[in-house]
Amino acid sequence: MALAKLKSDATQARLARLTMPDGLTAARKDALGRVAAMGLSHKRDEYWKYTDPMSLTQADPVPAAVFESDESPLFAGVDSVKIVFVDGVYDADASDDLSCAGVEIDRLVDVAGKDIHWATELYGTLETRGQVPVARPLAALNTAFATDGVVIRATGKAAKPISLVYLHGDDTSDVMLHCVVRVDAGADITLLETGPAAARFNSVLEVDVAEGGAFHHVRTQGRDHERRAVTHCFARIASEGRFKSFTLTANGTMTRNECIIEILGDDVVAHVAGACVGDGDDFHHDDTIFITHDGLRGESRQVFKKVLRNGAVGVFQGKILVKAGAQKTDGYQISQSLLLDDDSQFLAKPELEIYADDVICSHGSTTGAIDEDALFYMQSRGVPRKAATDLLTLAFLAEALEEIDNPALADDLYDRLDSWLARRS
Amino acid sequence: MTALDEVDVKDGVDQDTVDAVAALSGTYKYGWNTEIEMDYAPKGVNTDIVTLISSKNKEPQWLLDWRLEAFARWENMTEPTWAMVSYPEIDFQDIYYYARPKSMQEKPKSLDDVDPKLLETYKKLGIPLKEQAILAGVEGAEDMPAEGRKVAVDAVFDSVSVGTTFQKELAAAGVIFCSISEAIENHPELVKKYMGTVVPPSDNYYATLNSAVFSDGSFVYIPPGVRCPMELSTYFRINAENTGQFERTLIIADKGSYVSYLEGCTAPKRDVAQLHAAVVEIIIEEDAEVKYSTVQNWYPGDENGVGGIYNFVTKRADCRGDRAKIMWTQVETGSAVTWKYPSCILRGDDSQGEFYSIAIANNMQQADTGTKMVHLGKRTKSRIVSKGISAGKAQNTYRGLVSMHPKAKESRNYTQCDSLLIGDKCGAHTVPYIEVKNNSSRVEHEATTSKVDDDQLFYCRSRGMDEEEAVALVVNGFCKEVLQALPMEFAMEAQALVAISLEGSVG
Repeated sequence: MALAKLKSDATQARLARLTMPDGLTAARKDALGRVAAMGLSHKRDEYWKYTDPMSLTQADPVPAAVFESDESPLFAGVDSVKIVFVDGVYDADASDDLSCAGVEIDRLVDVAGKDIHWATELYGTLETRGQVPVARPLAALNTAFATDGVVIRATGKAAKPISLVYLHGDDTSDVMLHCVVRVDAGADITLLETGPAAARFNSVLEVDVAEGGAFHHVRTQGRDHERRAVTHCFARIASEGRFKSFTLTANGTMTRNECIIEILGDDVVAHVAGACVGDGDDFHHDDTIFITHDGLRGESRQVFKKVLRNGAVGVFQGKILVKAGAQKTDGYQISQSLLLDDDSQFLAKPELEIYADDVICSHGSTTGAIDEDALFYMQSRGVPRKAATDLLTLAFLAEALEEIDNPALADDLYDRLDSWLARRS
Repeated sequence: MTALDEVDVKDGVDQDTVDAVAALSGTYKYGWNTEIEMDYAPKGVNTDIVTLISSKNKEPQWLLDWRLEAFARWENMTEPTWAMVSYPEIDFQDIYYYARPKSMQEKPKSLDDVDPKLLETYKKLGIPLKEQAILAGVEGAEDMPAEGRKVAVDAVFDSVSVGTTFQKELAAAGVIFCSISEAIENHPELVKKYMGTVVPPSDNYYATLNSAVFSDGSFVYIPPGVRCPMELSTYFRINAENTGQFERTLIIADKGSYVSYLEGCTAPKRDVAQLHAAVVEIIIEEDAEVKYSTVQNWYPGDENGVGGIYNFVTKRADCRGDRAKIMWTQVETGSAVTWKYPSCILRGDDSQGEFYSIAIANNMQQADTGTKMVHLGKRTKSRIVSKGISAGKAQNTYRGLVSMHPKAKESRNYTQCDSLLIGDKCGAHTVPYIEVKNNSSRVEHEATTSKVDDDQLFYCRSRGMDEEEAVALVVNGFCKEVLQALPMEFAMEAQALVAISLEGSVG
């Protein structure tokens, strides 16, 4: 069947299950128009070459059992403004008061009622910009149908990190949340996101960083083995802005994390990093990054590390686009995977597209097994093979964790990875 | 060459220098054409044309059927659009698919009988069709010892092979080197056994078209254990206007054999773009080795992108036997649009594939080129070294695939691709695909993009070189790894090409 027809049928089936929420109507209708025009993603799309989006686009979610963890919640020791959603539903009792010095926080559902202009204007704007040159219909679908989320405006240095906690309670929950962050000139904010959110989760985060603003983002995606997620982060960064995002993924049947960054001003720093650990042939993890340099002296880094075993599949699609005139750009991209056994796979497409001559752009990608010489050396020094393997694996992941500015947050994540490895023989 | 008045000249370069460079700018030196009477098949492509081409080559029925099947398939295919190139839609019915010099109506019995005008054409190109020890016209070649530097040439002019040199001497060694049309006539069993087994007629749009309408090309068979006594070469010349050249090359290196094969190509300057859609298939059996080197110098069009060759070719080598080895080396300086991915299927255990490429795009040229390394056998190794240089308003893309199949245990790939931009109006792009499906293999990919290093330029200039020479030298250093992989016949020519293509490009 022709691809257009397949897409159109899938889109109709999906839309039939959805009702457009109230508020932000203009943006939502625009987004629905985009979805209809693009059609939902299909595995025959070049952009989904290595990841079959079927379970993300089909009308109903595949059920996912809730994972009961005996670990304490992540970042428990970090003093933050906690905002909790259970299967996408805001939990007022579990959440903190939304007031915090240096930031204004509201729920997405209140934007229309409270007439929050900046959020109304920004909602869907960066997502729309991110649709060119590659279509991202699942993000537009989110803009049209997201039921809730938060809108955050950093007006100065935020007194505390904002922590979004996404709990999963129902085996068949199908959730779309949409968050909008505006970082004013010179403001500084840290956003934490933790948890699986739902059996199937579609999220959009739009981040607009004004001159000299700084945005830090640290995220983990929950240990539920059967969960499926497609996440999108769209960022636009003005001169001297800083953007740093790190994601840790452990487990999950299907994860696609897209990050689309537009560097519009001069002297911008933008780093995106991720570490993922996957075990079993029902683990499929995809990092898809698109960084556009359209300012002078921009620095971007993409650092992605994957540890895969027992048939796990890791995907990396990274792109640096340097527009004409974006001179003195320094773009760096590294994607590496460690295959702990013979059944796992790593599929990568690390791309460069460059239209300016005075730039440095490099990308590297490596795949292989753990270094036998290093293992032998450690064993000869009395370290048991399993411990040596774990140590080398952690060292491999460390380069991505180093992208996190706050050492307390990084240590927390490091411990989680250590435990994940320790649980496996 | 780049219109220098449009280039944003950087500080430190005075206008006199720019003007001098502009005056010096080389022109395409193979752009003349040969006035010669031609026979054409009617314009356009249909089953009649396919049948006509087949009958001109006196082909057996099976081959005609093969062509017609390919043609039927092609009619239902659509042109690929994924490459980073753009060009006006090609009217496939406005092309001559068969053009033959009148004098070639009866195949000349020997080179002495070939129309002197044709011989003169090749002489002017530096490819004399006389059996002599060295390839004349290659700078410095006369300094080399004559013994052991023989090169046999198959000369293809538009749709037909004009002649093949050294056939007797090669035959004594058991080597078959002739045009593919002769091979179809004299060695049909070999052609039938191998043709289409590496690039099947269904492979891709242009390969399918080629399967239907290919007119000539070269055929090589090296018997087991034979080291081909001289280098083999095919020289392609497009001369007639509005024609497409669709040649097919088939090289078979039987067990334990070795051959080094060179390919060159040029075309006259014309203001209408011309299509060249070739297929090259190489079969390499156990312990055999093939070196395939190309200097692609088709007419690139003028500085405004008018005219030039659309070079849409499919080249693939199949290392069927264990320890088989293929080495592709290409220097791509010509063509208005290039769409070319010489590939290696590493099927035999311990087989090896290497790909060395320099692609230089200037003015309005567009090149989308690279390779595929498909690792199927155990302990297979591949190496990719690709250098892309963009100047003027050109776009240069490296596109490659490295695939490690689950059974390709303990295999290795190393890829390095570098791009150099000269001026701020051009583009350099890298699109690698990496697919690793076992953990005992190692894959490494590196790529960088940079401009010509200021320090290196300063150093060269402080030694008295002008900027033009300095850039040529730095770029040559950048490309050295690839140039060193070329056979001697091409090394000097290639070095000269690098310098020529960059003249006038310094922004």
